[in-house]
Amino acid sequence: MTDLPLTGRARPDRRPHTLAEWRAEGGYEAVERARTMTPSEIIDMVEAAHLNGRGGAGFPAGRKWRFMPERGTSPGDGPSYLIVNGDEMEPGAFKDRFLLEAMPHQVIEGAIITARATHADEAIVLIRDEYRPGIAAVEHAIHEARTAGLLGDLTIRVHPSAGRYIVGEETALITALEGHRAVPRKRPPFPAQSGLWGRPTTVNNVETISLVPHILSLGPQRFRALSRTEEGGTKLYGVSGRVKRPGLFEAPMGTTARELIERAGGVSGDGQLRAFQPGGGASGFFGPDQLDLPLDFGHVARAGSMFGTGMLIVLDGSACPVGFLARHMRFYARESCGWCTPCREGLPLVAKILDRFAEGRGRRADLELLQMTAAEAAPRGRSFCDLMGGAMAPLASGLRMFAAEFEARLAEGERA
Amino acid sequence: MSLSPDLLARIRAASDEHGGPRAAMLEALKLIQHEHGWVSDGHLAEAASALGVNRAEMEALASFYSLIFRHPVGKTVILLCDGASCWLNGAEEVREELKRRLGIGFGETTRDGRYTLLNVACLGGCDRAPAAVVGRDRRLVGPLSPAGVAALLEDGL
Repeated sequence: MTDLPLTGRARPDRRPHTLAEWRAEGGYEAVERARTMTPSEIIDMVEAAHLNGRGGAGFPAGRKWRFMPERGTSPGDGPSYLIVNGDEMEPGAFKDRFLLEAMPHQVIEGAIITARATHADEAIVLIRDEYRPGIAAVEHAIHEARTAGLLGDLTIRVHPSAGRYIVGEETALITALEGHRAVPRKRPPFPAQSGLWGRPTTVNNVETISLVPHILSLGPQRFRALSRTEEGGTKLYGVSGRVKRPGLFEAPMGTTARELIERAGGVSGDGQLRAFQPGGGASGFFGPDQLDLPLDFGHVARAGSMFGTGMLIVLDGSACPVGFLARHMRFYARESCGWCTPCREGLPLVAKILDRFAEGRGRRADLELLQMTAAEAAPRGRSFCDLMGGAMAPLASGLRMFAAEFEARLAEGERA
Repeated sequence: MSLSPDLLARIRAASDEHGGPRAAMLEALKLIQHEHGWVSDGHLAEAASALGVNRAEMEALASFYSLIFRHPVGKTVILLCDGASCWLNGAEEVREELKRRLGIGFGETTRDGRYTLLNVACLGGCDRAPAAVVGRDRRLVGPLSPAGVAALLEDGL
């Protein structure tokens, strides 16, 4: 169990544990331990464990927590907040669904400990509306924990959302909780200084929060040693797309795509790996030459892509990469919040052009327009948040990696 | 038909639970939709006035969220994932079969009011691609196939 801390106790049918069952498996022992520690001591442990946030950015969790002011030291009155981000909607990602549905008490334990470490008085678990079993499981677990007196003085509730990918962006999520259209905010100020209702706020992904109890239980050294790289712990990887048995695989951080695709039964379709995205929809493509790259935030970034959610999407030799890109761009175009122009206007244009290519009606000038858009819209600061830049990553790398396919579609268009 | 006194009471209570009337607007919209299947102009206005918020701001919020329905929908809403992993595994064939069997396009409701077809952002069901969620309890179904569409619809949903 200790080499699979996140999923070792999960049941194959995802039936969540009752509180009694969970405690029989050692549940809430980490919470008891945390209560004997100061917030700073907890953060020391999380830093020593090298826990990087699992929501996509990979920011060190302990460092993020240290930005939170101690009780009574932030100006003004009101609580500090912890938000657990369960708005999983990145194409290819299905890990938080599992953690919410099958291991809700693990999420609550992590939230209690993280709230203590960050001086938070209230915790809110935001979950996308489609994850009804997850919402029900977490609400039930909160009820059980509260009844048993395990929450201490922490207030915790679930906020079911109602669609829209952008809600998962940390600052947009805060705006959404305040009852506004979920438009991202400028940083700085960072949420730790001014977050929900202007109060200090920490936002962490479901998987990050779920790992926290295990750092206390195992100790930072053993937690770190679960990984093959500098980045601590295990990772809940996923593989989908053209593989025979898509699924989730908890494995040491730094596991390779070769191993993961093998665990997913190998490549389906024509059986030949054409390319894969290592970190969900907004990550640049890797070819078969990166099959043995250790997959963690550092290695994937240095190899020119993004580890993101750590959810692989696999393309075989018979998949149409142009159609695949078009599908991705339709998603990002639709999910743009519409606040700033490059994203609101640029993404639908890109999607439309890609659709034309996929239908064999591509034009040379369109190809140049795609390349120009990918190059000019990608850098940080060209649009308000990272949605546009994220969408441009697979486009830019796809235009390079699938140049031959684009040329072929172009030829079809020119013949027509 | 106006909102029931009970529903209005729950909407007002949501204001305390969610940190004030503005923050409770989404919950109010969801309560209405849960009861009535969708959110009409009249119901939206009633809820806004129960919360003491501006109706236009509530409308702005309602129109932002893809899963708040501002038009009547069928008894069973089928949200078909149009994510890339589903696309790679034959979602387009399932989409065509759904349209053919129900005789409607996406964004439309069958004339008998039984089904509405909608596209939805990646459902987090990539391990069951092609996937959809169906009905008011948003049951995840998949992997779907064109041949399985008939069974899905006959399931009584």
